[in-house]
Amino acid sequence: MSSPIDLVVQTISEKINPIDVKVINNQIEVIIESRQIISSFQFLKDSSKCQFRQLTDIAGVDYPDRENRFEVVYHLLSFKNNLRARVKVYIDESSAIDSLTSVFPCANWFEREAFDMYGIQFNDHPDLRRILTDYGFEGYPLRKDFPLSGNVEVRYNEIEKKIVYEPVKLQQDYRHFDIQSPWEGTTYKEEEQDGNGGK
Amino acid sequence: MAIAATPDMGSQELEDLKQRYSDKGFIVTNVNNLINWARTGSLHWMTFGLACCAVEMMHVGTPRYDVERMGAAPRASPRHADVMIIAGTLTNKMAPALRKAYDQMAEPRYVISMGSCANGGGYYHYSYSVVRGSDRIVPIDIYVPGCPPTAEALMYGILQLQKKIRREGNIVR
Repeated sequence: MSSPIDLVVQTISEKINPIDVKVINNQIEVIIESRQIISSFQFLKDSSKCQFRQLTDIAGVDYPDRENRFEVVYHLLSFKNNLRARVKVYIDESSAIDSLTSVFPCANWFEREAFDMYGIQFNDHPDLRRILTDYGFEGYPLRKDFPLSGNVEVRYNEIEKKIVYEPVKLQQDYRHFDIQSPWEGTTYKEEEQDGNGGK
Repeated sequence: MAIAATPDMGSQELEDLKQRYSDKGFIVTNVNNLINWARTGSLHWMTFGLACCAVEMMHVGTPRYDVERMGAAPRASPRHADVMIIAGTLTNKMAPALRKAYDQMAEPRYVISMGSCANGGGYYHYSYSVVRGSDRIVPIDIYVPGCPPTAEALMYGILQLQKKIRREGNIVR
C-alpha cells in the first residue's frame, strides 16, 4: 500500500528530474537545479498528484564555506494532500535565480526579503527593491560576513536639526568589541591580561 | 474660578484673601500651582507603540488601571498630546519619524521612555538596525524599566512625571 506521500515523492522524482528527494518527518525535501526552477514549481503547483497550491515562505541560508554559497529554500503547502514540501536551490554569490512571481504572486515580497537580507538576485522580478532595512542601507545583514552591529548608527544632531548617521561606536567600560567578527564572541579585558583571551 | 496672587504678596494678605473669598465660592491660589495642577491633570499621551510594550500601554488605558482618573488619556495626534510614550524598539528606520512626531508636539511636552529597548536598546543593543536608546533621538523625562514593564509600572511612571512637573514649578519649560 502506498501512502499519499510516497505517491507524491514518486511523481516528483519521475517528472521534474530533481537532484535529490527525501522524506524527513513526513515532509518532502526536494533539491533542484536553479535553471529548472520555474518549470518545477509550475509542475508542483498544477499536477493533480501534488497540488502544492500555496507557497508559504522563501528563506535564504548563507554557508560562506561552500562553493555555492547561498541556499534558497521554498516552503510549499498542499491542502489537498495535507503535505508540506521544502524545495532547495543552491546558487553562488554572482549568479541570479529566476523569480517565481509568474507562478506564485506571493513570491514577490518573499524574494524582496531574500534580496534585502542576503543580496540574492532574482531574474524578471517586477520590483526588486529592499523591503525591511533602512532607506539607503548598505550591505546584506544576514550574510555571515556582515558585522553584527552593522556599520552605521543614528542620533539626532541638535545643530543640524536632523537625524545623522555615524560609524558605530560602542562605548562600554571594561569591554572590548571585535566589531568585524561578532561570531567569534567577545573577549573581556581581564581575560586578555590573564592570557586566557581568545584572539 | 481662581484669583491670581502675586508672589510678592505677603502671606498674611494671602490668608486674608482666602478668608474673604472662600465662603463666597472662590479659591485663592498661586498661578504656578494652578498651572501645574492643570498640566499634571491633563497628561494626554501620544501613543507611539512600536512593539510588545504597546500592549502594556493599551492595558494602562483600560478600565482596570483607568489612568483617566489621573487625567491621562490616549491621543491619536501629536498636536493634541502633552506626553509621548515611546513603547517599544526604536529602529534606525523609525527614528526620523519619531523625531518628526516629537517636533509636532506643542510645548510643554514630555517624553516617557517605556521598556528596555527604548531605554537603551535592550535586547537589541548590538543589532545593526536598532537605536541604542531613544534618548539619542529625543530628550527623555522618565525611563520606565522592564521588558515589557507592567501596566502598573507605566502608571507609576506617569505618576513620577506628574511629580516631576510639580517639582519643576516653572511656567516656561
